[in-house]
Amino acid sequence: VISSDTWKGLALPVALIVIGEIAGRMANLTDIDSLAPPSAIIAAFVEAVADGSILKTTRDTLVTAFTGLAVGGSIGLLIGIVLGVLPTADRLMEVTIESIRPIPSIAILPIALIALGFGYRLEIAIISFACMWPLLILTRAAVRGVEPRLMEVSRALRLTPGARVTKIVIPAALPRIFVAFRLAAGIALIVSVTVEIAINPLGLGHAIMTAQQALRPDLMLAYLVWLGIVGWALNAALLFAQQRLFGRAAVVEETR
Amino acid sequence: MNAAVSAGSAVLWRVASFAIAAGVVAVWQMIANARLVSPVFLPGPDRAWTALVRGLTEGDLVAKIVGTLEHMAFGWLSASIVGVALGALIGSSPRIRPYVTPTLEFLRPLPVSALIPVAIAFFGLSQAMALSVIGFGAMWPMLLATVHGFAAVEPRLYEVARSLHLSRAEVIFKIGLPSASPDILAGMRLSVTVALILSVVCEILAGLDGLGHWILLSARAFRSADLFAGVILLGVIGYLTSLVVAYAERRLLVWRASGH
Repeated sequence: VISSDTWKGLALPVALIVIGEIAGRMANLTDIDSLAPPSAIIAAFVEAVADGSILKTTRDTLVTAFTGLAVGGSIGLLIGIVLGVLPTADRLMEVTIESIRPIPSIAILPIALIALGFGYRLEIAIISFACMWPLLILTRAAVRGVEPRLMEVSRALRLTPGARVTKIVIPAALPRIFVAFRLAAGIALIVSVTVEIAINPLGLGHAIMTAQQALRPDLMLAYLVWLGIVGWALNAALLFAQQRLFGRAAVVEETR
Repeated sequence: MNAAVSAGSAVLWRVASFAIAAGVVAVWQMIANARLVSPVFLPGPDRAWTALVRGLTEGDLVAKIVGTLEHMAFGWLSASIVGVALGALIGSSPRIRPYVTPTLEFLRPLPVSALIPVAIAFFGLSQAMALSVIGFGAMWPMLLATVHGFAAVEPRLYEVARSLHLSRAEVIFKIGLPSASPDILAGMRLSVTVALILSVVCEILAGLDGLGHWILLSARAFRSADLFAGVILLGVIGYLTSLVVAYAERRLLVWRASGH
């Protein structure tokens, strides 16, 4: 049974699609190269699925996004744990970190371009830079927020610093680290598409750009809608995983 | 006494932290001097600094900074007005909300930069394209934050408003906006960053006057010192703008902290 709220939520998109279709049929859109009626968008989508191009571009975007997330995320996680466990190091590194962090990730693009050239590595490098920060900052905060009594217990048990991190700190901070990971995954997708649109000839971003340059608004909008679905599905899957893995813990931590 | 000691030690920590940063710059200089990394990719801090000073005094770096700040400011200001107004309309009406919020939530994870090709199809590679993209992208966090802020207003306040027969406008200005202001300001902080990133992307794509265009041209000509000067300036802009918004946020929310 579908609740009335679901129907209300569907009303707006359905209305937009119907209006778009009617308006598209009434106005002759063939000589306008910026819009297409929903039926043409669906046809273009089916075409892109059939010739495999949507599968390939989606794979390229997601593989670079996740590789960058893994690389940058692990670096951020590592530095975040070190700075969280050692307040001295944190205070000493403050100026250095705070002067690199405000650099917008897209500004790294030209540097990475002359160092790495076009391709996967360029994109992965920029995504890594972008994903490092949320994990660094939120992991540091999560580690610092570990219940002090747990740390007392670890001292009483005479755990080595390594054991303290793996047995006490990481498990206790894990729900908040996962939230950071989920946020960084969203950033990874945004940055990969942005780099593809700006310069890098691969993935969904480049596909949207090429469709626009080929004056194929139907294909451009088909890719755009598909990208919306991919972004939504990624976000929904990570939220679901977060709820399954950590239940209320992560949700509460996030709103704090 | 104790406060003086801790203030003194805070200064010491700060000095030590600056010393570490200076050490990092020194290591960078040594790497560049030893040519461990090709100077084509990595200029030393000395060359980057010279390029920065030369660009600011003789070159057109000032004009590029102004260009980027203009793109950011126009986009961000229009986004703030539209985002908060739309958000207030949607958020203050429990009748409209269930119709609109699912669509907003669906669109939330969509990378805004993906709309650049659509904007190019409409406006060409122009200033109008850049402003529409920056405005729309920066509006998004603000719209969502405002809707959230309005939806989270204590329901009893709305009941009070009903019993006082307040008009819709009065409800928005006297109850909604003050209660939602922390959310709105947090959204504004987020959208400043979005505006900066989108400004750079649009300048790179459309060749508009600004730092994005500057760093791309420097990279194409392999002038790495100029490139680093541009990146440093973008970092400074990112730092200063978020500092200003964070300061405004603290000032504007003082009344909440003081418990009124």
